[in-house]
Amino acid sequence: MSALTYGYAVWAPIVWIIAMVVIGIMVFIWRNRGQKSYKQGTAQTDVFLSGNKVPPEEQRHVKAANIYWGFFESLKGLYDAMMKPHTGIVNDYIIWFVAVLAVTILILVLASL
Amino acid sequence: MDSLIYHSPALIVALPLVAAFAIPLISRAGYRVRSTFSLVILGLVTFLVAVLAVDVHTVGIRVYTFGATAAELALPGGYMVPVRIMFQVDGMSIFMGIIITTVTLAALIYSIHFMKAGDMFNLFVFLEIASIAGAGLAAYRTNMADALEGGFKYIVVSAISALMVLFAIGILYSQYNVLSIAALANYMQYTTLDMIALGLLGGAFVMKLAGVPLHMWAPDTYTVAPAGTTPMILAASYTSMYALYRITFTLYGAHIDSTAIGWIVIVVGVLSMFVGVMMAVHQTDIKRMMAYHAISQGGYMLLGVGVGLAVLANPVALASYGRDAINGGVFHIINHVFYKALLFMTAEAIFFRIGTRDTNKMGGLARNMKWTAVFYIIGALAISGIPPLNGFASKLLIYETVLQFNPVLAVIAMFVSLVTLASFAKVFYSAFTGPEMPAYREVREVPKSMIIGMAILAACVIFFGIFPGLIVDNLVAPATEALINQAPYINAVMGAVP
Repeated sequence: MSALTYGYAVWAPIVWIIAMVVIGIMVFIWRNRGQKSYKQGTAQTDVFLSGNKVPPEEQRHVKAANIYWGFFESLKGLYDAMMKPHTGIVNDYIIWFVAVLAVTILILVLASL
Repeated sequence: MDSLIYHSPALIVALPLVAAFAIPLISRAGYRVRSTFSLVILGLVTFLVAVLAVDVHTVGIRVYTFGATAAELALPGGYMVPVRIMFQVDGMSIFMGIIITTVTLAALIYSIHFMKAGDMFNLFVFLEIASIAGAGLAAYRTNMADALEGGFKYIVVSAISALMVLFAIGILYSQYNVLSIAALANYMQYTTLDMIALGLLGGAFVMKLAGVPLHMWAPDTYTVAPAGTTPMILAASYTSMYALYRITFTLYGAHIDSTAIGWIVIVVGVLSMFVGVMMAVHQTDIKRMMAYHAISQGGYMLLGVGVGLAVLANPVALASYGRDAINGGVFHIINHVFYKALLFMTAEAIFFRIGTRDTNKMGGLARNMKWTAVFYIIGALAISGIPPLNGFASKLLIYETVLQFNPVLAVIAMFVSLVTLASFAKVFYSAFTGPEMPAYREVREVPKSMIIGMAILAACVIFFGIFPGLIVDNLVAPATEALINQAPYINAVMGAVP
């Protein structure tokens, strides 16, 4: 009832959950055998920025626009091309619709000949 | 009870219609009375859909003819073709009915605080009703300029698509003198005019389901629609996907070159997946980001069903992976509606409390909005295809089957899932984690009704993820069978071919 059988394989979520719970327990036990000298709330856990003055907490949060900056910068050409049709003008949306209809009908008519 | 089952196809449409006109009157009795009335009606409709689903599952296709001496009488005495208004309910149409009623019920509970056509013309009429209602729902916040703009774009796009659907229906009617899908499928000669009609219908439905490159209206509309209404607009979009499948499989499926049609669907699907996700990861408006993901996830549904359509004429490939590919695409519709409605609700919950959709201005919200954060995580993991949630089960079916059809397509599908996860991780990091922002120190969790609405959808996401076999065997496989095997649909109206 739970497992999904398809073609040549099977996906059994309940078996997967049981396996994850067992792995989780093993990781938890392993973690508890780790470093004992760690102490929360001491200088051990202070932020270190190569000796520079650490800004206040609320200024340390990385804004959404800065996340994946390198990814967007390296794909600038692709993004410029993708952004271009997104004009926000409904007339342009309809021009796209007419163009796609023309191409689709042409393909279908040619395929049926 | 028997009478209720017998008339359920008509009641499912009539009850919400009557209630819609009654609500302005009932509202005069107070806000609580109106909310209770809406909830009771929607609960009743959900119950009727469930009863009809069981009936279709056990008995088979249901035909309901208006004005006939007996509702199941499709052909009046002496007639060769059906002439009355008629509903035809099979596995695929009841599957869509379950999606729409369940998600609408959850959306209604969330908002307290804050199909089944058997002929072409009915299909057009109900799509139009859904579009007009959708435009009104998108422009609900009339005090916001962008809401009016979003609603206006939706109605322009819907009206022009509907015009093309009507034009195509005109082409078919002028040739065959019938409107019934079953009768048309029976008599169709597959002329050049029929192909033009198919192109018009296909283009119009792709526009309405926001497939690339006809998707641009979707972010503008979804972004401004209140989350309580977004699931209904989302469901209207997937009704167009249902219409596309009904046309390609049932109306044209038997004789056309399904490989060419299948590849057109696959190309639209892959473009939707790729462009949708790449645009989504770039957004900083949380609802706009989710709207682009809706386009991207629509691509998975098209990819799965497109692969099935491409191998429809090849019995070996169809049995080997084509049927499972369609199962994956269809299963993804219901999974997507649940987790995407949930994600839109979490985004609206944030907007409800902090008054902005800009993720650049967010941070540390999980401290005060713990339930919203938990529901966001569930939705984000589900849409990214992380086991054991529902998105994984349908995506796994799509990956495995598409891999056998064309490995490059499977690699693109997996890449898109990775970028989806990256995109939702970006929003989670910027909105929910990090230090407490001074401006949001006083922010509180959203009211209970909103939490309950999100909890219902989150429960569906988890349940469908843990019991995918149950859902696929009882809901998805009958829907797929209804698409692949056109004969029972045609015979239910036209009578068995001797």
